[in-house]
Amino acid sequence: MNTVFDFLNNPDYHLVDSFWMTIKLTFFSAIGALIWGTVLAGMRVSPVPIMRGFGTAYVNIFRNTPLTVIILFTSLGLSSTLGIHLASADSPTSLADNSFRLAILGFIAYTATFVCESIRSGINTVPVGQAEAARALGLTFFQVLRIVVLPQAFRSVIAPLANVLIALLKNTTVAAVIGVAEASLLMSTMVENESDSLFLVFILFAAIFVALVLPLGLLMGWVAKKVEVKR
Amino acid sequence: MSSQNVLYDVPGPKAKIRNMILTVVFAIVLLAVAYFIYSGFDKKGQWAGALWKPFVEGSTWTQFLLPGLLNTLKAAGLSIVIALPIGALLGIGRMSEHRWVRIPAGAIVEFFRAIPVLLLMVFAASLYAYYTDIDSDIRPLFAAVTGLVLYNGSVLAEVFRAGIASLPRGQAEASSALGLRKTQTMVNVLLPQAVTLMLPALVSQLVVILKDTALAGQLTIGYDELIRGSGPITGNFGNTIPTLIVVAIIYIVLNLLLTTLASYLERKLSRRKKAPRGAKPLGDAPDPIALAAGSDAATGRAV
Repeated sequence: MNTVFDFLNNPDYHLVDSFWMTIKLTFFSAIGALIWGTVLAGMRVSPVPIMRGFGTAYVNIFRNTPLTVIILFTSLGLSSTLGIHLASADSPTSLADNSFRLAILGFIAYTATFVCESIRSGINTVPVGQAEAARALGLTFFQVLRIVVLPQAFRSVIAPLANVLIALLKNTTVAAVIGVAEASLLMSTMVENESDSLFLVFILFAAIFVALVLPLGLLMGWVAKKVEVKR
Repeated sequence: MSSQNVLYDVPGPKAKIRNMILTVVFAIVLLAVAYFIYSGFDKKGQWAGALWKPFVEGSTWTQFLLPGLLNTLKAAGLSIVIALPIGALLGIGRMSEHRWVRIPAGAIVEFFRAIPVLLLMVFAASLYAYYTDIDSDIRPLFAAVTGLVLYNGSVLAEVFRAGIASLPRGQAEASSALGLRKTQTMVNVLLPQAVTLMLPALVSQLVVILKDTALAGQLTIGYDELIRGSGPITGNFGNTIPTLIVVAIIYIVLNLLLTTLASYLERKLSRRKKAPRGAKPLGDAPDPIALAAGSDAATGRAV
């Protein structure tokens, strides 16, 4: 049977695989960015001046660099020049694995700055009395942060973090510039080869992205309402 | 929590020693990482003067970097200028009382906000190549601006909507009591106030646009912006890393300037909003800073 979507039958087009790659990139980068971003936020409010300085400098530098530059740097700088290989050279998929992991590293470095700023604004929403009470109980800085302040801060920044997550999902397309086989790389190959079906190709990819982003936004909105701190 | 030091006590003798130890340990770790990167690049000869020399020569700047930067600024400038009116129309359209305006406007905004800019640019590049006879020299610029306008137009629509929605209800009520029509209320009363409140958010969006222009040189789009424009330097001198570092510094300086401008505007606006001493607050007038944060969140784009 012939349909307008026949061009998808080309065995070279791994549509499902490429979007699975997008999802994997998002998943691992999100976890990494959440951890690294929280650490950065902790540094920015810590009593040690050099950590505060590092946190501020890191956030200002990475947030103001285009993601494209960061991703290019992971490939050209870390891998080609410094010789950091994140996959064993023996495996048959060594090259693909290496650029996949480098891309994740780049996304973590970039996205963590936005996670850090969100969490810092969350810390500002926790009433002063909470930290004062914790200190009066004799908790150390680390304990105040871990037991009292951060749990409350996290609950109030689910919505901004959701926006960061959605932006990350869309940003993973930048991985195409170092040849990670994800959605945008496939689309740019397809629009070259299937000029007759240009609109179909675009609508297809756009629809899948909408189908990924909208439910994610709704889900996170629901979670944000669910865990909101009632004051 | 307004001041940061509520999180920890004023350090006593023990805490001072602990902080000192942490400082030293952290400094050593930082230095180790810095040394690893430095020596790694050094082994490959990336710090060699010959690789950096092009950047103190005028010709490198006039031939490659400045034209690239100019192209980047051109794409960013065109995008914001075109995206602003489109964003205003879509944002106001989304608040319309007529369903046949409100629903399409909402659909357009949600659709283009959910799609990565890179895909929009790739699509626009092919679209112009196959279906229009735009000169191939200028086609990449068209593609880049189209992608940026579609995306940022819909993001700005949300910024406009948040700005207008945050104005006190009395503004619209008073102007309709004066007999102004809805269009007049919007154009003469609501929009001017909303735009002033939105200024910091708009400047922040400019940072996003500037960073996104970096995508326009990649894949099949091929716009000669700063990164792609610096390609020949790498080709001529084999200095990939120095070039990348110089390009990154240019972006960082530009964006820091814009960020500083945004926070300056924010401070200035929050000062202007303060009521004179002794005056009672008028109720639910919004805090412009909270508004900026809110509309930032509303953009769905922190990145």
